[in-house]
Amino acid sequence: MQFGIFTVGDVTTDPTDGHTPSENERIKNILTIAQKAEEVGLDVFALGEHHNEPFVPSSPTTMLGYIAAKTSTLLLSTATTLITTNDPVKIAEDYAMLQHVADGRVDLMMGRGNTGPVYPWFGKDIRDGIPLAIENYALLHRLWTEHTVDWQGKYRTPLQGFTSTPRPLDGVAPFVWHGSIRSPEIAEQAAFYGDGFFANNIFWPKEHYMKLIGYYRNRFEHYGHGTAEQAIVGLGGQAFMAKNSQDAVNRFRPYFDNAPVYGHGPSMEDFTEQTPLTVGSPQQVIDRYASMREHFGDYQRQLFLMDHAGLPLKTVLEQLDILGEEVVPVLRKEMAKDRPASVPDGPTHASLVAKRDAAAASASDLVATEVN
Amino acid sequence: MAIRKIAVVSAGLSQPSSTRLLADRLSEAVVRRLGDRDSAGEPFAIEVDVIDLRDYAQDVTNNLITGFASPTLEKAIEKVTTADGLIAVTPIFTTSYSGLFKSFIDVLDPQSLTDMPVLIGATGGTERHSLALDYAMRPLFSYLHAAVVPTAVYAASSDWGAADADGSSSLAGRIERAAGELAALVRDSDRSSRVIDPFALPAGFSPVGGYGAQ
Repeated sequence: MQFGIFTVGDVTTDPTDGHTPSENERIKNILTIAQKAEEVGLDVFALGEHHNEPFVPSSPTTMLGYIAAKTSTLLLSTATTLITTNDPVKIAEDYAMLQHVADGRVDLMMGRGNTGPVYPWFGKDIRDGIPLAIENYALLHRLWTEHTVDWQGKYRTPLQGFTSTPRPLDGVAPFVWHGSIRSPEIAEQAAFYGDGFFANNIFWPKEHYMKLIGYYRNRFEHYGHGTAEQAIVGLGGQAFMAKNSQDAVNRFRPYFDNAPVYGHGPSMEDFTEQTPLTVGSPQQVIDRYASMREHFGDYQRQLFLMDHAGLPLKTVLEQLDILGEEVVPVLRKEMAKDRPASVPDGPTHASLVAKRDAAAASASDLVATEVN
Repeated sequence: MAIRKIAVVSAGLSQPSSTRLLADRLSEAVVRRLGDRDSAGEPFAIEVDVIDLRDYAQDVTNNLITGFASPTLEKAIEKVTTADGLIAVTPIFTTSYSGLFKSFIDVLDPQSLTDMPVLIGATGGTERHSLALDYAMRPLFSYLHAAVVPTAVYAASSDWGAADADGSSSLAGRIERAAGELAALVRDSDRSSRVIDPFALPAGFSPVGGYGAQ
C-alpha cells in the first residue's frame, strides 16, 4: 500500500491574512513540500498539470526532475497528465527521460484536464475528449512497448519507423493510472490495458466512486489481468488535522469557506459528511481512511490533497508531519490487517521488472516443456 | 402489479403556494384521467411524488457549485428522471421560469428527460405572462428531448376566482384537457420500469480506438 500527496498547484490568496504567493514562491513551495513528503515517510508525490491561471505546474517533468535529484525513495507521479491535449510522442519521451533520471521512481496518471479552453489552446476540440484520450494513449502505449512504430491515427500526423527515445528504463514502461470522475470509457480503458484506475474521490460522494471502481474491477477481470480484487485502485483524499479536533475545524474553516471549487457552497460539516474530506484529530483521519477499503475493496494507493486553498507553507509542512508521523504508520498497519496475500501492492519499477522477468521465465519454461 | 409513476415538480417559493396549488390540481386530474388499466387491459397502480423545489433550494445551489448532488437531492432527481410522466409547474418571474426552477433543470443530466411525457404549468399575477409557457418552458423541454403535451396550463391570480361555467377556456377546463393529454402518454409508458445502465459504453466503443492503434 502506497501513501502520498497530490497537488493541483493553485496560487490562492490566504483568506486569513490576504497574502497571495508569487508564482516563484508557490513553485518553490511545491518543491519543498515534495521533499518533505519523503522526509516524513510518504511514498508518492503527484503533481498536476495545468495551462491556466491560477495554477503553476504547466511543465511537470521539469519540477519532477528537480525533485528526483533531491530525493531518493519518493515515487514521482502526476495528477494528472493531459493525455488529450499533449502530443503522446512528447509524453513518451518526457516521462521515459524522467524515469531514467529518477532511477525508475516514476509513474503517471492520465486525465483529461479541468478547463474547456485548454482544448482549443492546443488545437483540439473538447467534444473529442474521450476519443483523444483513447487514441493518444493507444499510441503512447505502443511507443513504450514497441521499439519501432508505424502508426496512423485521426488526431496527429502519422509515424513511419519512429522510435521514441530514450527507451523505457530496463525495457519496462512507467506504470500508468487512468483518472476519471464519471466516464465508464476511461474505466474500460484502464481495465483493458491492466493499468491502474484512480478515483479522485475528493469532490464527490463515495457511492458514485464505489460504482465506478466496481465496474473497473469487473472489467479488469474480464480482460484477463487477474481477479477483480487484484485490480490496481488508487483513491484521492483530503484532510486537515490538529491534536484537538475543534482546533482543526476552527483553523481550516476560513480556507474551506473560500476554497476554489467548493468554497461559498456547502457547509464544511455537510461537505465532510458527503465527501472524504476529514477535518479533525489524527485519530479521526485514521478512522475515516481505514474504512475506505470497506467501500472500495483493498487498494494500492492513497493520495491526500494537503496544500491548496491558500494554506501557507508552514501549515502544510506541519500537516505533513502529522500525516507522515501519526496517521500513515497506523493506516499502514490497519490496511495490512486481513489483506489477502493475492492482492498486489502498489506497483513500482522493481515490481514491474520482476513481473516482466517472471512472465518471460514462465514463457521459456513453457517452450522448454514443449521441446522436451 | 405494474406501476405508473408521476413526478410533480413545483417551483413555488411561498408557503402556501399558488404554484403548488396548480401542481396539485394537475396531478389530481392526471391521476383521475389515467384510470387503472393500460390499453391492453393490464392493471397498474399509480405513484405520485411531489418535489417542492423550495425544500431543495440549498442543495440545488450547492450542486451547481460542487458538481454533485447531496443524497437528499439525488433522491429527488431520481424520482423525476425515472418517472413515467412529469408535471412541471413554475411561477413566472421577470418574463420566464423562476431561477430556482432553471437551476434544478441545470443539475439534471441533459439526457435524463429524453422521451419523458411532460405537462407544463405556470402561475403569475396577471394573464399577460401566459405565453412564457410557450416561449420559455416549452423550448426548454424540447431541448431536453421531452414530449411536452400540447396544452400548457397557466393560472393567473384572477383564474382562481373565475367561474367554471364558461367551458374549456376556464382554468378547470384547461386542467382537464392537459391532464387528458398527459394521461394518454403515461398510460402505456414503460419509463419507470426501465433498467438504466450507468456504465453503458457508446455503440462501437473500443478501448484502443479505431484508427490503426492496434
